[in-house]
Amino acid sequence: MPEDLASRRELKAVQEAMAARFGPAVIETAFKLGELTFKIAKDELRPALEFLKSRLGLDTLDDIIGLDNSRSVPAGGKRFSVLYQLRRAPGPLRLRLAVDLAEDETVASAVPVFTSADWGEREIYDMLGIRFDGHPGLRRIYLSEDFAGHPLRKDFPLAGDDDGV
Amino acid sequence: MSSGEKYPFVLTRLDTAITWAQKNSLWPLGSGLACCAIEMIATAAARFDIARFGMELFRASPRQADLFIVAGTVTHKMAPIVRRLYEQMADPKWVVAMGNCAIDGGPFPTYAVLQGVDKIIPVDVHVAGCPPTPQGLLHGLLTLQEQIARSHPTQEILKPDARGSR
Repeated sequence: MPEDLASRRELKAVQEAMAARFGPAVIETAFKLGELTFKIAKDELRPALEFLKSRLGLDTLDDIIGLDNSRSVPAGGKRFSVLYQLRRAPGPLRLRLAVDLAEDETVASAVPVFTSADWGEREIYDMLGIRFDGHPGLRRIYLSEDFAGHPLRKDFPLAGDDDGV
Repeated sequence: MSSGEKYPFVLTRLDTAITWAQKNSLWPLGSGLACCAIEMIATAAARFDIARFGMELFRASPRQADLFIVAGTVTHKMAPIVRRLYEQMADPKWVVAMGNCAIDGGPFPTYAVLQGVDKIIPVDVHVAGCPPTPQGLLHGLLTLQEQIARSHPTQEILKPDARGSR
């Protein structure tokens, strides 16, 4: 797989279209391991998803990934990242949108754009406690309703806060 | 009955007669929680064949079963259901904790897994292994049969308060 963006004509076009449409809201553009990642301002996330879906044909949301960067982020930096893995189906075109969130910040839900975001966002809420504004039913998906805490946070003890029933 | 004819009879303790019947017709609840269930199924199938010990009749309803083989990982989300299944079984009833997960959480010392099914229901026999072999489970079941043979069900008839304290 070519490792530079210039040799990937389709990705280059996407990158130019994103830069033209969102300008400084695209905080960072990275191209690693054949995959293009846009770090985007939190408030521009939903417009960016809509733009990529309707204008550039990235019509499949493969996955949503939540990260707790509290061990790697410098002091004062934002703790969480949410990654949106997009694909143009059919075809090999894939790219990633990234949003950084501080501990008390919420992000717009992707469900109005991609219905498939529903369970992914519930999983991230369940495991990391990130809240998605406008999600149609943001409640726990894996753990029981009365579970306290969010276990994939780095400061959550593996064995949990209690060891019994 | 004409006098002079001889009819054979047996004298035994009532406890012995009752436990003899109980231990040789255990009806397990058909429940598998994780990979241990595969070994439990193998134990029930032709090669290992727990029909030899009178317990081949896996029931789909806890109300028809008297042996609960907890075969696998009990998560916190599953725990209330396991407890409820146990409570739905009619007395007398026995529990075998099969595998390290059911014994103490096994390889999952985590927030999501109950650290031993004996935290929610009383366990008669623990069968260690990950998973236990069918031979291991059979050994556990024979151990349970020995335990039943040593029990005193008449005490529970004579003293209702003793019920459940087996």
